[in-house]
Amino acid sequence: MTVGRVPVRLRVNGEDVELLLPPYKTLLEVLREDLGLTGTKHGCELGECSTCGVLVDGRPYLSCLAMPLDLEQRAITTVEGLGRPGRPHPLQVAFAELGAAQCGYCTPAMLLTAKALLEHEPAPSRAAIQEGLAGVLCRCTGYVKIFEAVELAAKRMADGDR
Amino acid sequence: MAIADEEELRVVGHSLMKPDAMGKVSGQTRFADDLALPRMLYGRLLRSPVAHARIVAIDVSRARALAGVSAVLTGADLPEKFGILPVSQDEEALAGEKVRYVGDPIAAVAAADEWIAEDALNLIDVRFEELPRYMSLEEAIRGQGEPIHGRSNVHKAVALEFADSEAAIATADHVREDLVFFEGNTHLPMEQHAALAQYGQDGKLTLWSSTQTPHYVHRALGKVLGIPMSRIRVIATPNGGGFGGKSDIFSHELVAAKLAMVTGRPVKITLSREEVFYAHRGRHPVLMKVRTGLQRDGRIAGMQFTTFLDGGAYGSYGVASTYYTGALQPATYAIPAYRFQGVRLFTNKPPCGPKRGHGTPQPRFALEVHLDKLAEELGIDPVTLRLRNLPRANSRTINWLRITSCGLRECIERVVAESRFRERWKSMPPGRGLGFAVSAYLSGAGTAIYWNDMPHSEVQLKLDRNGGVAVLCGAIDIGQGSDHILAAIVAEVLGVSLDDIQLTTADTDLTPIDLGSYSSRVTFMAGNAAKTAAERARGRLFEVAARVLHCEADELVARDRRIFRRDRPEEGIAFAQAVQAAEAEGGVVATTGSYTPPRLAGPYKGSGVGPSPAYSYSAAVVEVECDARTGEVRVVEVWIAHDIGRAINPVLVEGQVEGSVYMALGEALMEEQVFRLGVHKFPSMLDYKSPTALETPVMHTYLIETIDREGPFGAKEAGQGPLLPVIPAVANAVYNALGVRIDEIPITPDKVLRALAEKARGRSPRVGPAGIPAFAFPPLIKAEIPDEWKAR
Amino acid sequence: MLRLPRLRYVRAASVRDAVETVATQPGAMLIGGGTDLLPNLKRRQFDAPVLVSLRGVAGLERIERDDPGGVTIGAGATLDAVAAHPLLQDGWRALARACGDVSTPQIRYMGTIGGNLMVDPRCNYYNQSEQWRKAVGYCMKRDGDLCLVARSSPRCWAISSSDSAPVAVALDAQVTLEGMSGSRRVPVSALYQDDGIAYTSKHPEEVITALHLDRVPSRLTSAYWKLRRRGSFDFPILGVAIACWWDDGVVTRARGALGAVASHPVDISDYLAALSGARPTDDLLAQVAEAADKPSRPLDNADLSHYWRKRMTRVYIERALREACGLAPLQGRLSAQVRA
Repeated sequence: MTVGRVPVRLRVNGEDVELLLPPYKTLLEVLREDLGLTGTKHGCELGECSTCGVLVDGRPYLSCLAMPLDLEQRAITTVEGLGRPGRPHPLQVAFAELGAAQCGYCTPAMLLTAKALLEHEPAPSRAAIQEGLAGVLCRCTGYVKIFEAVELAAKRMADGDR
Repeated sequence: MAIADEEELRVVGHSLMKPDAMGKVSGQTRFADDLALPRMLYGRLLRSPVAHARIVAIDVSRARALAGVSAVLTGADLPEKFGILPVSQDEEALAGEKVRYVGDPIAAVAAADEWIAEDALNLIDVRFEELPRYMSLEEAIRGQGEPIHGRSNVHKAVALEFADSEAAIATADHVREDLVFFEGNTHLPMEQHAALAQYGQDGKLTLWSSTQTPHYVHRALGKVLGIPMSRIRVIATPNGGGFGGKSDIFSHELVAAKLAMVTGRPVKITLSREEVFYAHRGRHPVLMKVRTGLQRDGRIAGMQFTTFLDGGAYGSYGVASTYYTGALQPATYAIPAYRFQGVRLFTNKPPCGPKRGHGTPQPRFALEVHLDKLAEELGIDPVTLRLRNLPRANSRTINWLRITSCGLRECIERVVAESRFRERWKSMPPGRGLGFAVSAYLSGAGTAIYWNDMPHSEVQLKLDRNGGVAVLCGAIDIGQGSDHILAAIVAEVLGVSLDDIQLTTADTDLTPIDLGSYSSRVTFMAGNAAKTAAERARGRLFEVAARVLHCEADELVARDRRIFRRDRPEEGIAFAQAVQAAEAEGGVVATTGSYTPPRLAGPYKGSGVGPSPAYSYSAAVVEVECDARTGEVRVVEVWIAHDIGRAINPVLVEGQVEGSVYMALGEALMEEQVFRLGVHKFPSMLDYKSPTALETPVMHTYLIETIDREGPFGAKEAGQGPLLPVIPAVANAVYNALGVRIDEIPITPDKVLRALAEKARGRSPRVGPAGIPAFAFPPLIKAEIPDEWKAR
Repeated sequence: MLRLPRLRYVRAASVRDAVETVATQPGAMLIGGGTDLLPNLKRRQFDAPVLVSLRGVAGLERIERDDPGGVTIGAGATLDAVAAHPLLQDGWRALARACGDVSTPQIRYMGTIGGNLMVDPRCNYYNQSEQWRKAVGYCMKRDGDLCLVARSSPRCWAISSSDSAPVAVALDAQVTLEGMSGSRRVPVSALYQDDGIAYTSKHPEEVITALHLDRVPSRLTSAYWKLRRRGSFDFPILGVAIACWWDDGVVTRARGALGAVASHPVDISDYLAALSGARPTDDLLAQVAEAADKPSRPLDNADLSHYWRKRMTRVYIERALREACGLAPLQGRLSAQVRA
């Protein structure tokens, strides 16, 4: 069976892109294969690990289960959209400093999820961080350094670092 | 150590940001599946739907005819067998005559996209003649019907004895025997394995792969493809988690290469998560019997250890795994008489192999639970029992393991003090429990996987005129921080900053050999090679600087990007200036360093597995909270101390320890690779339970520094050892909380509740194996023992 | 990586448009958040040449108080929105809890309440890839003849795995369905059938547009207890929903439902009858729980042993009852289960 391509307009990291896509490609596939945004990773493509997490309108979202046609008016943020050139986001700095990224594979999703958490709750308790990050699996760190990095970034952001 | 005053270390010993950190937090690190090349095709593997069968016929004509399909391969295209160990060359890239587990690769396609590849797989017709399948140790031993390989399902059986264990146990005041089972589990790295191959008209093959062992993949590609290794380039991409799961040679790597050769186009194969479960090479299920005689004071008189390993369908690292189930018990405790019998059986399941702790977490669990029971029977507390049996630093064990530094006592004392174990252990509130256990692990296997006299790790340095330092090494970072170790050691020795170091790693065209990121070897071995290379470079710089500064080379220090006189720091030259002077004098400033472990094997067959240039030690206390009505167990707090020798980067070492604790807790409480109807019961991340952020306990990590005499700056391993004591400590804590023994990993709530029910009925409050299968082990090899044990 | 089948994806402009599209296009299916449907499609558990997305339909996500003092929850409201909604933190809090207990934060931002009510019953012989199911010879839910968990059974035993469904049943909620012949409003309990394949009375083209919670005459309390291995990701392997209506400290009516022990949410309200007219005590709740686990019949097609899940039913019913009745948690349970 052939299914024709359809035009899709997405807003990714503040940039508008127009694409002609097979409608059955998920956002994950489009980000990685059509937009070259390979910072978004994948671990199962079934919503069972959240490694593919991005932000949609600032909320953590699974790109492997998101259909581009449903996201035309929404703001999509990937790890490439975090921080600015030469000016990484405080979360990125804290993750790097505290060893919160070991293999670095869940890190993009973990960072974006943490960003959404801190926007919602700028000074989260340890329990709130655990709840907030409960959807992203990590096999390397045991999560402890990740919690510490989120706490450090939150503190720095409260002190004016953005 | 050339640097006299360790207080002056500027890089080593400091929690600096690792060189690959910013790439990882910005999504710029390129993992294997992130790579794409022009005209690239997508490869997929057809896998067996039956557990054990002969392939009667395979018809790929319909798949070949499908539009968009560029190539289809079957076993006939890749007949050469391979295996990670020279003694176990039993795998095929694609099954030729037989399939041996559900998931065994049979055929492969390369197509324009993954949808067409999937369609093509569905068009391949395979006819099987099914054979009896063996899904358990017992079935494999009984072996009714055609064996999985050769004439028997026994892959490897070993029987070793060091001193007369039976006689020694006969002299003991107290003897106990335990039966314990450890279910298999898998690595579950977040990144699915991927490989991208390119073959040029020049006849050169390049393979990018998420592998922990590019050198071994390089060798296997040469063998299976029948082309010289000089025409093959293997580049290991940063691994998105390995834990041992990417340290074998995999079908998709060989197949991607062959498809690229056949089509002349780049081919990428990325495994699905389900396929990662089939690739496996994870923790062996092991059934164990341990029997120990203790003297009244708690000293071990003798020990006998028997292991049955459920190996899965191929050899993989299994011969080594088998020996590892017996090797390290005497490294943790001074055991004066020791018998080890182990057997690995083939079963129709994905092959088992090395997972973090390789072959040692299972016996560690058995032994530490067994000792906990013995301590109770003897009326000694579990800490004292361990302290009475500590190994000595700078000694040989009964099985010839050479121990250098040993910080086990400090580890024990630290966690016991910090957790207030002794004060609290006997009076925990209802449902709460404390458990304790210890362990030892190797800092790199002392012998290579294939027999040779060459170094295990090699490093090349090239110093630039601008003061930059290029470091080339075959080691691959799998998240453990090996890039940092190389950079930090070189920066420390040369007195430059981490920013001055440029790393090129794991590229067989460019980098000298490192055997791979397995067996906790990289810090110790590649670290030593890097240190040697850097010291040689520094030596050259000191020679020229001494002439400029009119002093002797041994009066010089390299620090803060300068080379200066130790006693007159103001007299010095810039590092870059020294490099320029050296280059002007003698051309390229490049050095190499290599590390070959000392010959450590004992005088008996099988002594190659277990020896390591140094051993790390760990001790853990775990606190659990249990729900007596449901059997649920929650780990609340963990105290762990690890003898790291020296922490080259404390924050990275802590990360390795915390990650080990995490993985141990997953194994202790939930992770299991189980089968039903001949198939993996749930090859998915939803159903294979991996702990989330919510399951994370409070963790206290203590690094004990013993400055090993042979480790680089005194360092030992951190990646695997700290996993070991945690699993038995959980089991011991559950016993402390509820009075039930779960002699079977994982400790699931249904097992706990079953044991509680037994206890309520006045029966043995235990869940665990009831017996071991009848098996005729080979005659015992009675090994000679080291002199220091003969007097006892 | 796992890919969706080559399908067409249509954005419905209105509910009516969605209904008509599904009714006229063979094999078309509705998609809300997609968090249940898309993984199932990636595993090729069914065919859907066309997906009709409800995400663009305006107003479906609204949560509002309706005229008689009840609450109407648009079927397109995300699980996160339901979990956090101020109107649902008191008497109807079990619904908020259940939605807040679904899988992960990510899934809750994407998944909808309508979709969660309609989660395709799950079974670990069925929620597997095509190649896996081929290896076990397929089951009757797709391509096979047998139910692999109960081989002599004429029916499919896939498990109702929705968190919100048992709560909606316990709360006696209703849903509005829009179909070809207009709209109908039915009790949630009428939405389900105890069959893993024919699990719903909803027609394929019917769209659930809203979930309705009736006005509470005096006071309502409710609780939802979910059994699962991990604090996130996992589907329930047992869900217990309890609702109690009160008058002056006396229970006037008690309803309950079990999730994940059958192919539909199991109404256990009859077993709770003893509560009506009573002031709940420790003993009463223990007695009620003892009897109320009778209809729980888990089979060996989900996580952990089904014997254990059966035994947990009574324990969880008692715990949910105690929470709904405001009695202190029993000693000896995990602090992780003690809720704020």
